[in-house]
Amino acid sequence: MIELRHLQTGFEGRVLSKNIDLRLEKGKMLTLIGPNGCGKTTLLRTLSGALPPLGGEVLLEGRPLHSYRRKELARKAAYLPQVREVPEITAEALVSHGRFPHLGFSRKMTARDRAAVEEAIALTGIEPLRHKNLKALSGGERQRVYLAMSIAQETDLVLLDEPGTYLDIGSRFEVMAIAKKLCDRGSAVILTLHDLSDALSFSDRLCLMDRSGRICADGSPDAVYASGLLDEVFGVAAEAVTLQDGRQQYVFLPRTSDMY
Amino acid sequence: MKERKRSPLLRLGLLAPLLLAVMTASLCLGSAGLTLQELWNCLQDPASPAYRILFYARLPRMLGGLLAGASLAVSGALLQNVLNNSLAGPNIIGVNAGAGLGALLVMAISPMAFRLMPAAAFAGALLAALFIYAVAAFTGASRTTLVLAGVAISSVINAASACIKTFFPELAIAYTSFSIGSLANVSLDQVGWAALYALPALLLALVLSHDMNILALGEETAASLGLHVNRYRFILIVLSAVLAGAAVSFGGLIGFVGLLVPHIARMLFGGDNRLVVPASALLGAAALLLCDLLGRLLFAPFELHVGIVLSVVGGIYFIFLILKRKGGRLS
Repeated sequence: MIELRHLQTGFEGRVLSKNIDLRLEKGKMLTLIGPNGCGKTTLLRTLSGALPPLGGEVLLEGRPLHSYRRKELARKAAYLPQVREVPEITAEALVSHGRFPHLGFSRKMTARDRAAVEEAIALTGIEPLRHKNLKALSGGERQRVYLAMSIAQETDLVLLDEPGTYLDIGSRFEVMAIAKKLCDRGSAVILTLHDLSDALSFSDRLCLMDRSGRICADGSPDAVYASGLLDEVFGVAAEAVTLQDGRQQYVFLPRTSDMY
Repeated sequence: MKERKRSPLLRLGLLAPLLLAVMTASLCLGSAGLTLQELWNCLQDPASPAYRILFYARLPRMLGGLLAGASLAVSGALLQNVLNNSLAGPNIIGVNAGAGLGALLVMAISPMAFRLMPAAAFAGALLAALFIYAVAAFTGASRTTLVLAGVAISSVINAASACIKTFFPELAIAYTSFSIGSLANVSLDQVGWAALYALPALLLALVLSHDMNILALGEETAASLGLHVNRYRFILIVLSAVLAGAAVSFGGLIGFVGLLVPHIARMLFGGDNRLVVPASALLGAAALLLCDLLGRLLFAPFELHVGIVLSVVGGIYFIFLILKRKGGRLS
């Protein structure tokens, strides 16, 4: 689906990450984690086509990303940035905007477009919010509505930048559950997460970026935890805790006592 | 559910009779009042004095008010969308001042070339709008900074206009009513030439109103949905400058319509630009005609320029808006 070859990212002449080689197939989820400023968002923006690569290349279904026309790319890849405007429109109207890349010159929605909007509304459980103004919604509700817009876009690749930031724990879980549903529908999902517990609990595959913007660990959450690199990169002590039902959870503690 | 979808359109439709009523009042009321019957009768008798008042004074004034009101309000709606700033308006960020400088240059160099006024006003408006856009694009300036940049460019442009007035003292009287904004001496010819620019621009603004909704989602989201953000912004800025230029070319520096009418339109119809743009056009036309009518009637037989009435009404309304949302933000 998407392949990164020796990718170098950055902006305004500043290189943030170098030599990134990755490959992700449809129906799989990849979570990017790393300390602040390591280049996670910049990498995601490069994959969305918002920033040009500073070196290497990005192949989307075997074709270089830059060879796609803008609307053609929007039918292949959806990108949900972390910071967004909140226009004074209804949730339903926002979800309908997800169909923009599919609309013709008249901008009229077809039955197919309306069906995609309904499906996205059902999948994200925002039916009760349909006619509410975006400005009247809570952060978690708004995030679900924006996710519904990206789902209505019906793309094979979905890029989510910090979808859980500023949300309470229940809303974060809901957002992650929606991301999982997207994978189940066959989309490849790449997301950045700030919360390490969420990242380790919900991801199929983790990519850990160090402060130099290099991917230093790539694998299952268990494998990344076992590598010990989480402790090194974040300067914390990670511990795996086995719950009574056998599931594994992770807790993070300050590494030195003088941090208290 | 259908009712929900139809109600905004129905409310938009309700603006049409309101505008029609204001248009009729604008034709009938003034220093020499006409009843509807007299209005109808004079249309049959081209030799009557009422016919001359109607065709040489009231009709150009009414059509001018319609065009200037609709153009300035839509110009404001476009600027507020492009700059993502509800404080943007053609008179706040220097677009009107730029248009005024262009028009004034024509008045000074060749007073008879009024046909060139819309083009010159457009050129001035465009330069001012592009300057503000460049500040926004290259510095990533905050919304407040943009307005301050607009105030600064307005000040420089107004100084240039004042220089022209100093060098061409014979323009002093014309410049006074021009700088206040007035429909008093508008001719059908002037309105006709301005309409040549403004009507296609209004139509195009309506066509692009759907894509303005995508632009309102923010640069990154709009681009990820496949919108050519910079191309659209440029087109909308040019349209906004054409509209402001067309209005200023015959009405002078009419303020507040471009800033406040889009606010009222959003208050009545929400943030969907497919409704905000036509509602701004209808409300802008009605507001300008109503203020012009007030100016004619309040102290009759003396007449206040429409710009004065708008400054009072608009200023009070703006303060009301600020008080209403104290601690909050203007949307």
